[in-house]
Amino acid sequence: MGLTPLQLFLQQLANGATLGAIYALIALGYSMIYGVVQLINFAHGEIFVVGAYLALSVALLLAPFALPWWAVLAACGLGAMAGCALLGLLIERTAYRPLRRAPRLNALITAIGLSFVLQNALMLAYGATDRMVPPLIPSVRWNLGGVSVTLIQAVIWASSAGLMGLLQAIVMHTKLGTAMRATAQDATACRLLGIPVDRVIAVTFAIGSALAAFGGILYSLYYGSINFHDGYLTGLKAFTAAVLGGIGNIPGAMVGGLILGLLEGLGAGYLSAQWKNAFAFIVLVVMLLFKPRGLLGERVAERA
Amino acid sequence: MVLLWTMVYGLWTLLMERPSALHLARWAAGIGAAFLLPLVLPNAYYLDVLTTALIFALLALGLNIIVGLSGVLHLGYAAFYAIGAYTYGLLSVRCGVPFWLGLVPAALVAGLAGAALGAPALRVRGDYLAIVTLGFGEIVRIAFNNLDQWTGGPNGLLGIAHPRVWLPGRGTLDFGVASAPYYYLTLAAVVLIAGGYVRLSRSRIGRAWLAIREDELAAGCSGIPVLPMKLLAQGCGGAVAGLAGAIFASKQGTITPDSFDFVLSVMVLAMVVLGGLGSTRGAIIGALLLGVMPELLRGFNQYRMLLFGLSMIIVIRLRPEGLFGGAPTRKAAHARAA
Repeated sequence: MGLTPLQLFLQQLANGATLGAIYALIALGYSMIYGVVQLINFAHGEIFVVGAYLALSVALLLAPFALPWWAVLAACGLGAMAGCALLGLLIERTAYRPLRRAPRLNALITAIGLSFVLQNALMLAYGATDRMVPPLIPSVRWNLGGVSVTLIQAVIWASSAGLMGLLQAIVMHTKLGTAMRATAQDATACRLLGIPVDRVIAVTFAIGSALAAFGGILYSLYYGSINFHDGYLTGLKAFTAAVLGGIGNIPGAMVGGLILGLLEGLGAGYLSAQWKNAFAFIVLVVMLLFKPRGLLGERVAERA
Repeated sequence: MVLLWTMVYGLWTLLMERPSALHLARWAAGIGAAFLLPLVLPNAYYLDVLTTALIFALLALGLNIIVGLSGVLHLGYAAFYAIGAYTYGLLSVRCGVPFWLGLVPAALVAGLAGAALGAPALRVRGDYLAIVTLGFGEIVRIAFNNLDQWTGGPNGLLGIAHPRVWLPGRGTLDFGVASAPYYYLTLAAVVLIAGGYVRLSRSRIGRAWLAIREDELAAGCSGIPVLPMKLLAQGCGGAVAGLAGAIFASKQGTITPDSFDFVLSVMVLAMVVLGGLGSTRGAIIGALLLGVMPELLRGFNQYRMLLFGLSMIIVIRLRPEGLFGGAPTRKAAHARAA
């Protein structure tokens, strides 16, 4: 298959954008949660894997009914997102809320402990080996001027763009979104104004977890398998994406995810696939040295 | 068990405020107990677990300088451990440098790496700094993984020499794969570093670090050279990890990049926080606990890491200051946006 340099470039771009959309979905959760409670939620990467496994369970459950593929996909999506939203609520209520007045590092340690718990619970429930994910999306491949694009990629782009648009609309144009932005700026003042800060924080966890779950489904469909420790590196990269864009900033998380995915796609294509995983971090470190608040970030946490 | 307890108790007393005669006696008893422990343990496996826990204690002490004393949240500490291990490993494999000589460059290179990372990174603040350190840790691990013409890549660096000692009348003794010599070696290192740490934290430098942690601006205004002091903290922390790395490399004989991943950085941080930020006893006991606990939980088989995570959550909930915390931390630990 002879590709011209331009075609090769576009192909890498398409692959990178697919990864980027997934990173962006997970990064949003990190960023939103950081925005309202200044907590690096290390368990978020695990929630992403929980989403993928829940979708797998729903898909296996529905397998005997011979439904059309988009119906199964929708059911998986809804099931996983609802399940993870509940999980997010549960985690916030039981693990993080009691620590809201405790030293900041304690919440971090709790997040780390939670991530051990979730990871091992998944291993016990689904086994330690890679689980194949049934191809829910028919493998259709288009050839657009020498660049091949699959239906899976198209679904990933469309659905993540749709979800991000929806999120942006919620955050910018609803009462809930206004409350979220206000809580991120000054929770104490919000309390004084009668905004139910605790509920806003809980909802933020639910939305962030649901987005991660959706990212998990897309990830497992794109790679065709899922493993209980996939959350580690992907979560770390999504987090990097959130910081890249300016943590706490929602458009920043989307841009950061996309940039990270593109860099990884292009880097793997042109420089070296071996160093693929290092690019994300090198770019991050260099960028932070020149723009210490991320690309779109304004606020900076002074509390170490 | 009694011996283990005496040892822990003794080590604890060693770090008390003003050592009195009684304290010194306990201290001696503690060291003695630690010294005798290998003789009563049923087999080498337990000794191995303890040695690993002691290496963790070294790492926790080092990280405590960075996080507990100078207040910088570091998420890539395993990188310095890796740098120390690979420095000694490469010197040993390529140049045949003996262990005792290799310790110095291992600590030195890791310390310099700490300071070098600190210099640009300290421009970045707060949580962003934590992320830079995280990124640095990952880059170092991936680099050791990919530079396989030197490091052996994912297969690891093989054939690192064990330490040798010359004993009068016995000739040269190779530590080999036995457990006891490494136990004593690590124990000695822990006692040395813990003692040094206590002295350091009460010295002019230690007080300067505390002042910076509590209020950087006020410290700077009082004439404390803030940047050099922060770099010194990073350097010291790095050097301790380098030392631990060299011991680890000499014990294992083989090192792979996988041994130095993000999970390790996070575990050491958990040891420091669970033990009590800034507390020396806390760091050691946190490390012994988290180091030994997965082994104690082995009976629970596949549930052990789950229980491990749960117990981390529960301890931090019941003791928010850590097990031996309560050190005055006005800003670094307690202040948070409500």
